[in-house]
Amino acid sequence: MEGIDLDTYILYGVTVLFLVISFFKDKKKTKMSLKKAWKAFENILPQFLVVILLVGVLLAVLNTEVISRIIGSGSGWLGVMLAAVVGAITLIPGFVAFPMAAMLLQGGAGYMQIGAFISTLMMVGVVTMPVEIKYFGKKLTILRNVLAFIFSFVVAYVIGLVVG
Amino acid sequence: MKAILKRYRVFIITAVALGVFALINHQIGLKAINISIYQFEQMLLVIPPVFVLLGLLDVWVPRETMIKYMGEGSGLKGIVLSILLGSAAAGPLYGAFPVAAVFMKKGVKFSNILIFIGAWSTTKIPMFLFEMAALGAKFAFTRLLVDIPGIIIIAYILSKLISKQEIQKIYENAENIANRM
Repeated sequence: MEGIDLDTYILYGVTVLFLVISFFKDKKKTKMSLKKAWKAFENILPQFLVVILLVGVLLAVLNTEVISRIIGSGSGWLGVMLAAVVGAITLIPGFVAFPMAAMLLQGGAGYMQIGAFISTLMMVGVVTMPVEIKYFGKKLTILRNVLAFIFSFVVAYVIGLVVG
Repeated sequence: MKAILKRYRVFIITAVALGVFALINHQIGLKAINISIYQFEQMLLVIPPVFVLLGLLDVWVPRETMIKYMGEGSGLKGIVLSILLGSAAAGPLYGAFPVAAVFMKKGVKFSNILIFIGAWSTTKIPMFLFEMAALGAKFAFTRLLVDIPGIIIIAYILSKLISKQEIQKIYENAENIANRM
């Protein structure tokens, strides 16, 4: 599987460009920026690592076969609900998720279910909640995820209406 | 050393638990370890530039500038800028939180922070192209057109549900995190 996609290259390009400009303008400030960057990273590294292990376990248990069985064709709103739950608890990078969703569609999954799955996959993060809570507190984190979860049903409904 | 052990305690416990599980159930255990290593590599690929940009932003962009463009009274300009900044991002959602912390420290309005998080989560431009290729333009455009108002509505509902004092506490916490950088 190819790990680096176009946006990663662009992101690196932009970052290097800014770093070079910053370096020529003020070396001391640049050094300070890099120090801050490292500290910000190290600050959430412990939570990152836990999230990564949880994702590993989840993806090992929930493979494509299991997912397609849950949200297969004709599963209706129950399937939408299950798709939303699966999307909410998994954390799959987009460049894996979209082809996988296309595959699931070919395998007979409905557009509404896939719409819910993609939507909660991106907007709701159950396993990343510890990281989010660290920054936004429990209340906001839970409310944001709940609202995003509910909103995903609207997305699913409209996609079912327009595309399905 | 002791402080490091304490901070990484949960990770160490989880890692050991996963190791023990892999001894019991080789197939799923090893698969989980492999996926974790893969995800870690992904993180090391995508995350560093996000944090470097964050460091540069913190050092170079004055608070007044951020307030002017995205703070209280920034209106539509602030909303559009929050969506664009979030959409131009790369990397998983958890990369957005440290950026949001610096934004809060720099005086960005609460609803704009939430819009930024929403955009980062779901309307990323590179991902949109990917989505169009895999699931078709109709699917991708429909989702985008529903998502943009959705993100803004969710941001406003959230800012109504959270009290002024709670928002202030979140900002103080974010400032503490950003200042420890």
